[in-house]
Order: sequence, then C-alpha cells, then structure tokens
Amino acid sequence: MGAAAPTVAAMSRLPKFVRLPLVLGPTALFAGCNTILLHPAGAVASEQGHLIVVATLLMLLVIIPVIALTVLFAWRYRKSNTRATYTPDWDHSTQLELVIWAAPLLIIIALGAVTWISTHTLDPYRPLHRGTVGSKISGDVKSLTDVKPITVEVVALDWKWLFIYPDQGIAVVNDLAAPVDVPITFKITASSVMNSFFIPALAGQIYAMPGMQTELHAVINRSGDFDGFSANYSGAGFSDMRFKFHGLSAAGFDSWVQSAKASGQSLDREGYLQLEQPSQRDPVRRYASVAPDLFDSIVERTVTGNNVAPAATRD
Amino acid sequence: MIDSSWVLGRLSWDAIPFQEPILLWTFVAVACGGVGVLGAITYFRLWSVLWRDWVTSIDHKKIGIMYIVLGLVMLLRGFADAVMMRLQQSMAFGGSLGFLPPHHYDQVFTAHGVIMIFFVAMPLVTGLMNYVVPLQIGARDVAFPFLNNFSFWMTTFGAGLVMISLFVGEFARTGWLAYPPLSGIAASPDVGVDYYIWSLQIAGVGTLLSGINLIATIIKMRAPGMSLMKMPVFTWTALCTNVLIVAAFPVLTAVLALLSLDRYVGTSFFTNDLGGNAMMYVNLIWIWGHPEVYILVLPAFGVFSEVVSTFSGKRLFGYASMVYATVVITILSYLVWLHHFFTMGSGASVNSFFGITTMIISIPTGAKMFNWLFTMYRGRIRFELPMLWTLGFMITFVIGGMTGVLLAVPPADFVLHNSLFLVAHFHNVIIGGVLFGMLAGITYWFPKAFGYRLDPFWGKLSFWFWQIGFFFAFMPLYVLGLMGVTRRLSHFEDPSLQIWFQIAAFGAALIALGILSFIVQLVVSYVRREALRDLTGDPWDGRTLEWSTSSPPPAYNFAFTPRVHDNDTWADMKRNNYRRPQEGFIRIHMPKNTGAGFVIAALCAACGFALIWHMWLPAAVFFVAVLAATIIHTFNYDREFYVPADQVAQVERARTR
Repeated sequence: MGAAAPTVAAMSRLPKFVRLPLVLGPTALFAGCNTILLHPAGAVASEQGHLIVVATLLMLLVIIPVIALTVLFAWRYRKSNTRATYTPDWDHSTQLELVIWAAPLLIIIALGAVTWISTHTLDPYRPLHRGTVGSKISGDVKSLTDVKPITVEVVALDWKWLFIYPDQGIAVVNDLAAPVDVPITFKITASSVMNSFFIPALAGQIYAMPGMQTELHAVINRSGDFDGFSANYSGAGFSDMRFKFHGLSAAGFDSWVQSAKASGQSLDREGYLQLEQPSQRDPVRRYASVAPDLFDSIVERTVTGNNVAPAATRD
Repeated sequence: MIDSSWVLGRLSWDAIPFQEPILLWTFVAVACGGVGVLGAITYFRLWSVLWRDWVTSIDHKKIGIMYIVLGLVMLLRGFADAVMMRLQQSMAFGGSLGFLPPHHYDQVFTAHGVIMIFFVAMPLVTGLMNYVVPLQIGARDVAFPFLNNFSFWMTTFGAGLVMISLFVGEFARTGWLAYPPLSGIAASPDVGVDYYIWSLQIAGVGTLLSGINLIATIIKMRAPGMSLMKMPVFTWTALCTNVLIVAAFPVLTAVLALLSLDRYVGTSFFTNDLGGNAMMYVNLIWIWGHPEVYILVLPAFGVFSEVVSTFSGKRLFGYASMVYATVVITILSYLVWLHHFFTMGSGASVNSFFGITTMIISIPTGAKMFNWLFTMYRGRIRFELPMLWTLGFMITFVIGGMTGVLLAVPPADFVLHNSLFLVAHFHNVIIGGVLFGMLAGITYWFPKAFGYRLDPFWGKLSFWFWQIGFFFAFMPLYVLGLMGVTRRLSHFEDPSLQIWFQIAAFGAALIALGILSFIVQLVVSYVRREALRDLTGDPWDGRTLEWSTSSPPPAYNFAFTPRVHDNDTWADMKRNNYRRPQEGFIRIHMPKNTGAGFVIAALCAACGFALIWHMWLPAAVFFVAVLAATIIHTFNYDREFYVPADQVAQVERARTR
C-alpha cells in the first residue's frame, strides 16, 4: 500500500467519484507487484503515470458500454430467443448514427486537449519549472527555479553506459547518481547504434543516437536505488546494458562524486576509444577526470587519439 | 580467370549451423517431413496434378487457397519462434541465461515478427481477397490472372528465402524493421540482414502487383448495376487495402533498396558518417509500416461486416457510414507514422500533432464497432463458428484499441514505448483483429471453397483455446509493461517478474492447443466431408453474390454475369424468387494456365540467394535469366481458350441435379 501513496497525492485534484476507483482499481489489480510506471519516484514519471490512468479512465467511458452491449445483444438476440424483436431490413437511423460518431469524437476531443497540453508541459526538452512539475513526490515543495540543475552527458556505448558530469569533471561507467529534488539535464548520444535511455522510476525514455544529441529534463524526488537500462534493442549485449540510478541526499551525492575523484583514473580520448570497443557486463568504472569537450566530440564523431578536439568542429 | 569466390561468394560449410543442436534437429525433422511429403506426392502420382492444377493455375480461387495454405504453414514456423521466446523468457532468470544465447534469440524474435507480418498475415489477407472479391462482384477472375499467379509465387519464394536462412547462414538480428545503424554493414556484416532485404524485396513485388491487380479488378470488373455504393463491405475494405498497398509498398521497396546500397556499394544514406542519417530510414520504414497495419486489419473488418450481417440475418447497419469509416481510416493511416518514434526527440508540437491524428483514427473505428453492434441489435443471431470469432474479436479488439490510443498520448508513450505493454498492445490488435478476422473468414468461406463445412466441435475448441490463451499470454505482458519491463530482452535479473512470464508461457501453450485443434478440425472435416457436405452453395443463408454459385464454384464462377439491384444482392435475388437459368448457355472466354510465373519467381529467388551470399557470377546469370524468361513469356500468344457452351451446360446441369 505504501507505494500507492504518491499516486493518491498526484490525483488529489480529481473529484472523489473518480479518485476512489482510481486508487482501489490499480491497488487491487496489482497488489504485490511493483508497477513502477504508476508509482514512480520522479515528478516527470509521476505525471506520465498519472496521464496513463486519466486516459484509460476516459476511454473506459466508451469501452465498457461496448463490451457490455456486445454481450447483451449477443445473448438477447440469439436465434433461440424468438420473443426478441426481429427487424431484418432495419439498417439505418440518423439519430443513432449521429450518436455513434459523436461519442468517440467527444472523448477524443477531451483526450486530444489533454494530449496537446501534457505533451507540451512534459516535453523532455523543456527545462523543469514549478508550474509543470513541482517536487510532489517528497512532499517537500520548493521552487525548482531556485536550484541550479546538474548536467549529465550520457553516451550509450556497445553495450554499456558512460555518464559524464561536466560540472564535477568526473565520468562513470554503468552507475548514475543525482541529488534528490535537484533538476537534472541529460544530454544524450550514442557511439555506434541506437539505444534508448530509460529509468522508469525517474522519467520517460529518450533515444540515444549516434551523431545526434537528444535531451531529457527530469528530477528525482525520493532517495533510493532505481533501475536504468537501454529500452531499444541494440545487439548482442543489449540485455545486460543495465545500470543503477541512485537518488541521493546532497551529502550522499557529494561523497558519490568524491568516490570518482578518489579513483585517480582519467578518461582521455585514447581511453575513450578503448572503452568504446564492444564489451558486455562491464563493471562500474569511475574516472576522476575527463578529456575536455569529449561529449561534443562524440556527438560530432571526431574523437581521435591525439587528445585534441579538432578546431573545425567547435562552434 | 574466375576466382571461385565469384561463384560461391561467402558461402562455405561454416554457414551450416552444425554446432547448434536446436537448428540441427529442426533441420533433421524438416528434412524427414519434406522427404515424406515428396515421397507421398510421388507415390500417389500427384506431381502432374500439382503442376497442372495448382502451380501453374491462374484461377483466382486456387491462388487464393494457395495463399491461405502458405499463411497457415508459415504460422506454424512463426508460432514455433513465439514458443521459443516464451520459454526463454520464462526460464532465463537470476543467473540463468536460458537455452537460447543472444545470437540465436535475437534471430528468433526478428524472424517471428517478419514471418508473422509478411508471410502469415499478408498471405492470409491476400488469399481471402483473391478468393472472395471476384465472386462478390460477379466477375469471372481477377483483371490480370497471370500476374496473380506470379504475385503468389513471388510471395512464396520470399517466404522460402526466410526458411532457407534457418539452415544456411542465419537470419537478421536486428528486430523486425531492421533499423540502421544496427542493420548497417558495420554492425551487421553477415548475411542475416541480406536475407531480410531480399526476402522482403521479392515478396514485396508480389504484394504490390497483387494490389494493382485487385484494384483493377474491383474498379473495372463489377457486375452491371453494382455501383461503388452497392459493393459488399468486404470488397470495399479490399479496395481500400489495395490502394494502401499500392501507395505504401513502393516506399518499403525504396527504403530497402537504399539500405542495400549502403550495404553493397558503400553509400551513406543511413550510416553514422558522411552525412548519412539513420532517422531517415526510421521515418521511411514507418511511412510504409503504419499503413501496413491498416492493410492487414481493414479486410478483417470487412470479414466481420459480412459475418455479422449474415449470422444476424439482417442488413448491415449503417452501410454508408461503414464505407466512409473505411475510407477515412485509409486516408488517416498516412498521417500517423511518427507515433512510432515520439521518443526520438521530435518537438512537442510535432508529437502532439501525430498523437492527435492517431487518436482520430479511433473515431471511425469506434463507429464501425457500433455499426456491428447495431447490426446484431434486433437480429436473429446464430452462433456458428464465424460469428464466434467475430464476437471474440469485438470484445478483445476494443481493449487493444484502448491501449493503442493510450500509446498515442506522447507523454504516456515516453514510458510505454518499447515496453512489453506495447508488445501486448499490438498482439492484442493483430491477434484479436487480424488473426481472428482471418479465422472467421476461413471458416465462413471454407464451405464455398471446398463444398463442405468445417467441423464445428473442433472449431469451437480452437476458438476457446485461442481466446482464453490470448488473455493468458498477453495480459501479463500489459502488467509487465507497467512494471517497466521492456521488449527483446533475453534474460532478467528481478525474480519477481518470473511468475508473469510463466503465466504468459502457459497462455502460449493454450494457443498451441488452439492451433492444434484447428489442424485437427481440418483433418476431421475432410474425413467427415460427406456428412458436412453442402449442396446448396449457400450453407449460411448468405447475402452476397458468392453464395449464388455452387460450392466449389466452377472455374468460370458465373455462367451468366449477374445483374445487381441492391447491396445484399443475393439476399435480394432470393427474396425475388430468383431462378437459375437452365439453358441458353454460351461459350466462356477463359485464360490459360502457365508455368511462367513459377519459373520467373524461382529465378528471382535464385538471384536473391546469390546476392545474399555475394555470388556475383550466379547473381548476374540469374538476373539475365529473369529478364530472358520475362521476355520469352511475352511471346507466348497461346494464353486463352473457350469453355464450349455444351460443357457449361453440363456443369450447370450437374449442379441442378
């Protein structure tokens, strides 16, 4: 039951008659299994999970009557029931046809409006601000505009993840962390094939594609260890392309950064070219320093061994 | 000086998977089965019958039946892949990697998708359209009978190439749409993607030609009086589907051609470097891929319309609205392709546009659903097999439709994309919509094609196993999707997921029983064919023209071209006490059988095989042979004959007796 609490908080805006089945339905259905999409730990994922529930309920308004009528008509007008009315030539009714086109139309108008608004407010490229996603999950609402976001550069490699923290000057393979309630800006690319960067507890996925950069803004609102992985099939090592995402306190995050700093390892361009080679089930690796502009060079596909970013590629 | 690599290319003994016991035993079983079948054909002296009456046949009815046989045979292969996936995913937990290493597992899910869409669903749909459309519009055959035969053999040889990849080399390990850069030469240097490309190119030619053929047939060959708005709904859906085929399949051909250029001659359309962009491929393949979904489901909607009306003993409710809904879906299906990749970084307005256009499709689809409902309303419903499949469809499909609209909401898609929720959704609409529709169609028109009904007991067993098995197999995947589990994983860490995969595997076992019951149904029906025989030609009290012919219909379909006055032509004729003419027959002009289609298609497949293995010399030889065979065929002027009037009279008299 504990896991259902955030959903309740997120739905407090809805009228009571909607709220009750909303809470009881999923709870009864999925008692004992962890439906992370409906009970996530990040505000963005929470809004997205909320949208799934709202859209489903809207559509059930037409789905349930259709299923009920199918069963009812099939039973009522069975051949053996000779008492039922039989009108073999009745094939048109203008009023009825208006209704059967209008009912789905009205629902789609409502859902279309919800879609237009939510797609814009939850656009992964849009920096978080209080109007869209507050820190609902922790209950500790503070203005996100006051907090400086942290930036993480994500590179999907064959078949592992490289996370570069440009502000902290560190890089980590297959391990990711962020402080709770601090907005995160992910810049995402890939080395060779398409992957998709996905932490279900945090926010929706976005593709990691070679030669292109995508973006994702998110915030984690509850501390804990969450699963992250590639959601898009990318070849032989795909199934093990997993990492842990840690939501940490400010102090916890600092010591996590320090553990990378303490590793003494450095990720230079030569080292990246080594790392880029296909490998599977890689252990967590931490780097105390990273070659400057490495991420941009990866996006521009200009990483060479000589540790210098080619001048032509910089704007 | 010719190097042996010009002849053998990269084919060597290494290509035969001796080290993979599963494949080896499959090969042994297939080889034994194949030898058995060939032996039986020889023993019963059926070779000439097979060649004369089937392989070279240009009769749309026989070609339709052959398409459906192809679809059912390939269903067994595609389903075997599904069973392997379900077993793998239900056992590969914790430290266990299951019984399929990624190299094999990745081929299995790719082959499953490719086979089920291109070589099961497409042949079943094309087969039904081929069989039924000319009969429904009162035509003697399709517009281009030879082309029809050629189309069938191109599709079949395309399927053959996929089957060969099982034992010679390997199939693609890219997922069913083979996105680059993964399908590019750098990430997939071996033959798998080439098998994918050439089997789809060859089958695609067949599909495109059959699309052109059926459009021409429907536009030009309707019986007098049958205006467009008097066409049976199945024919309407067939028309829309074939328009979609003709508009969409060239896109697939083009995008695969570009991918081939990247792989064979080093161009950079979709590579990471030199200005290539893989997202162009993703856009193009979905511009084909989304209409493809409607290519499959529209004819199924047509089948349900015919079945509901027939078994409710009523005219179809809202015929015009049904037709407009079909046409609207046809047009809208081109405006939604981007919803397959909301997560690739499009802006919010672009995503909203494609999300909303997708939702709009549910309006005409919903209208159709209500039209079927109100056709049942105040009817006299007979729960024969086709009607059971239709009711199963109505209840199952609305759930799939609902989850589909949900996936069309971009922010929801960000968490559901690539998840098992998505997998559950498209199986929900493809099994619940397309497959149930095809099975409804097969059981509905079977007595027309063979002159006896299918055994209802085994049919009902098959229906219930499929229906219940479907819910067991795919409802757990919806739950797993909401648990954040994504697709195409060969093993898992979290032990709490295992129970859901085991339930899904149990569902697959029930579906296996459903398929088995269907096969038993075919055998039992054949054995009991005298008891199940239908002499009237109209076993269900049908409403459209195909039921006015004998079962099976004569090669020429109609001795006299019928005249049409009403939508439900045959119901109208029966009501007006139609009497079949007993005399006054005239000779009938018919096309002649030819082996050219088979030969040209076989040469195309040989050329494809040579290209897959980089056997440049044989490829060139077969390519020239294809051209030569085509040109030679154009000099064949002996293409038609007349069925003499007294022979027509004899056939028609036999029916009267």
